[in-house]
Amino acid sequence: MSTALHLAVALDGTGWHPASWRLPSARPAEVFSASYWADLVRLAEAGTLDFVTIEDALGLQTDRLDGPDERTDHVRGRLDAVLIAARVAPLTRHIGLVPTATVTHTEPFHIAKALATLDHVSRGRAGWRVQVSGRAHEAGHFGRRTLPVLDPAAPDREIVADLFAEARDHVEVVRRLWDSWEDDAEIRDAATGRFIDRDKLHHISFDGRYFSVKGPSITPRPPQGQPPVTALAHAEIPYAFAARSADVAYVTPTDAAQARKIVSQLPIPHVFADLVVFLEESEPAARDAHERLDTLDGTAYTSDAAIFTGTPAQLADLLQEWRAAGLTGFRLRPARLPDDLVGITGGLVPELRRRGAFRTAYEAATLRGLLGLSRPANRYAVAEEARVA
Amino acid sequence: MPKQIHLAAHFPGVNNTTVWSDPRAGSHIEFDSFGTLARTAERAKFDFFFLAEGLRLREQGGQIYDLDVVGRPDTFTVLAALAAVTTHLGLAGTINSTFNEPYEVARQFASLDHLSAGRAAWNVVTSWDAFTGENFRRGGFLAESDRYSRATQFLAAARELFDSWPADAIVADKDTGVFLRNGSAGSFRHTDDQFDIAGRFNVPRGPQGRPVILQAGDSEAGREFAAATADAIFSRHGTLVEGQKFYRDVKRRLPAYGRPEDSLKVLPAATFVLGDTDADAHEKAAVVRRQQVSGATAIKLLEQLWNRDLSGYDPDGPLPEIDPDVSGDHIARGRASVRMHRDPIAVAAEWRARAEAEKLSIRDLIIETTNRQTFIGAPDTVATAIDDLVQQDAADGFILVPHVTPGGLDEFADTVVPLLQERGVFRTEYAGPTLRHHLGLEVPA
Ligand SMILES: Cc1cc2nc3c(=O)[nH]c(=O)nc-3n(C[C@H](O)[C@H](O)[C@H](O)COP(=O)(O)O)c2cc1C
Repeated sequence: MSTALHLAVALDGTGWHPASWRLPSARPAEVFSASYWADLVRLAEAGTLDFVTIEDALGLQTDRLDGPDERTDHVRGRLDAVLIAARVAPLTRHIGLVPTATVTHTEPFHIAKALATLDHVSRGRAGWRVQVSGRAHEAGHFGRRTLPVLDPAAPDREIVADLFAEARDHVEVVRRLWDSWEDDAEIRDAATGRFIDRDKLHHISFDGRYFSVKGPSITPRPPQGQPPVTALAHAEIPYAFAARSADVAYVTPTDAAQARKIVSQLPIPHVFADLVVFLEESEPAARDAHERLDTLDGTAYTSDAAIFTGTPAQLADLLQEWRAAGLTGFRLRPARLPDDLVGITGGLVPELRRRGAFRTAYEAATLRGLLGLSRPANRYAVAEEARVA
Repeated sequence: MPKQIHLAAHFPGVNNTTVWSDPRAGSHIEFDSFGTLARTAERAKFDFFFLAEGLRLREQGGQIYDLDVVGRPDTFTVLAALAAVTTHLGLAGTINSTFNEPYEVARQFASLDHLSAGRAAWNVVTSWDAFTGENFRRGGFLAESDRYSRATQFLAAARELFDSWPADAIVADKDTGVFLRNGSAGSFRHTDDQFDIAGRFNVPRGPQGRPVILQAGDSEAGREFAAATADAIFSRHGTLVEGQKFYRDVKRRLPAYGRPEDSLKVLPAATFVLGDTDADAHEKAAVVRRQQVSGATAIKLLEQLWNRDLSGYDPDGPLPEIDPDVSGDHIARGRASVRMHRDPIAVAAEWRARAEAEKLSIRDLIIETTNRQTFIGAPDTVATAIDDLVQQDAADGFILVPHVTPGGLDEFADTVVPLLQERGVFRTEYAGPTLRHHLGLEVPA
């Protein structure tokens, strides 16, 4: 099924439109509770989606570039995304769980074991949305470096390159730590009293510009070997980062031609387009829903990603057109939760299935499996075979 | 009314207490093992589940130590998943204050508190060594003598973050469009020798206000830190005399901080072996001790005192004539909770004398001198021993460490707990939904 496509949803608060929390179906007071997230992820799983991503950051949501705002009329505050994913894992069975975790300021050692553990807890359904933080106010929460306020329209190239070079090293360390235990390292050999074969544990001895990490991880290799690494990318430097470090890139084209051009820069297994979606049974109803929210908020909503407003069938048309341009899947950002997630699982998914473009049941037990990625060999085990040969 | 006992379940650790060779022993990484033990603890109405932490695999003689269980999960991630399969059980995680930053740890604990509806606890530990530091950005940046000043400042910073959102900060009134009562929720600034941080915390106040704080250090500085900041201490002193001494020592420190005595619980680690009769239990305990201290393990433990390679010695033979090496670096690294012997040459002389007098081999001697089980006996004997220690102020309860994963608590839950309940010293139902309820702690203002 080469025309089949992959579908993920990006969960964030009550949806991506800042006024979404005011809708009758929204549950704004519950976004800090486990049941809220469990309900959403189970809904996504009922629609056989590949995975959910969960947004996160090391700072408060803000509409300003130069720091936190003082707004009281938007959702503010969030829970740690890795922990939300872990909390939901025992309650789900098939769907991939892809939390956001920031690489700037954080320890690769901690991130590696957290995601490896998410993979153990979910039996092979963990992924990672890598987030680079270029925000000055987030740096202030750690106090170990200062960053100038970056203008996203024209950011200082040198600083951005530096942040992404650090990100590249971070992902490299995490990936090495995941491989630092060979799969069969645990032997429980009663005869010699050895729990592990220590020759199958490896120091990673990473020595870089930003940090050095010795290893091995304290956590055995995750069930998937390497949980999928994903990253959002809008420009040259992040494209280069994603091309080198990620298995899935999220990109933000506005049409099929642009999508084709971006895909050519990303020689990795998956390139998904991000789309904000308003789904209703008729196009006018969708437009109306969008407009009413903009009115409620007092401003027209803008996004880095294209905003789709229409019916599930129209969205299916668009996704198939972009699929033909080389994208392998889509990460849909529901403008309203749960409404547009219901629109995806109850409208878009059946429509795509009718067209033979989306799975009717989960065909694999792991996220790598759903994404058609084989379980990778361990880099250290490979090196050993080569030595013997 | 007698004192009420507090009980916690420690997931079996990466040391030789854990008998991984037992045919019943399960995985130390698969989630089912954690879920099984946690569900047993909850069925038995325990206060909390406890996870230890070590951020570098232990080495001895320059090689990764392979005789004990090796490998463990990320603390926060497993506890968040456990919140999904339990409803009342407290979830306590050991998190180091040296190789972390307050903003991140505070948001993880506050998130865990939300996701568990008020069951999070933080065991603050201070391992500072450069060996562990090799896994982290800043390396071995902290001097041993600064470990508790960093911990104190870390905890102070974290408390500011936990307190930065008022409990009623979120209005979420759809009609008026007011989500936040005040646009500056989460504002903080904290400056001291260790931290210079400011901004906005991004997790609203959790159901418990702040997570319950545990402490597990034993030094003078550690005890003072506990008296100043902790809700409970995880101690090593589980016998009557040592327990009472420790108990008095930490409780007497409380008035200086304006705290009542019952605001700090003392919870020693405890192991146990149950049997149909006391004699049966003692027999089993002796078998378990031999499983815990194999010949190979005996040599490794002896090396930790001698600080030399003793691999050429026969564990069933006599102790080495040669003296411990006190000159160089220690051969064992990454053992967070092992206090190295203070005067190795004197201890070695004692051990040799004892081995000679009692005709003990190396293995026999190690079995005799290292941790014997805290409670051995028929269920009634063990229930009585636990109750006596608590009523005599040697403890407020215990953190039980089963030696088999994950079923090692089942028998205790089925036999000892009902006896404690009959005595009226242990709850038969949870009094409330949060860990603070279980421990009788106030929600902080
Ligand atoms: C019962 C007990 C359990 C401990 N568990 C841990 C642990 O899991 N991880 C860790 O890093 N340190 C652990 N420690 C070490 C202490 O928390 C502390 O950081 C260390 O002993 C240094 O402090 P001290 O000099 O006050 O003892 C433990 C200590 C005790 C007494």
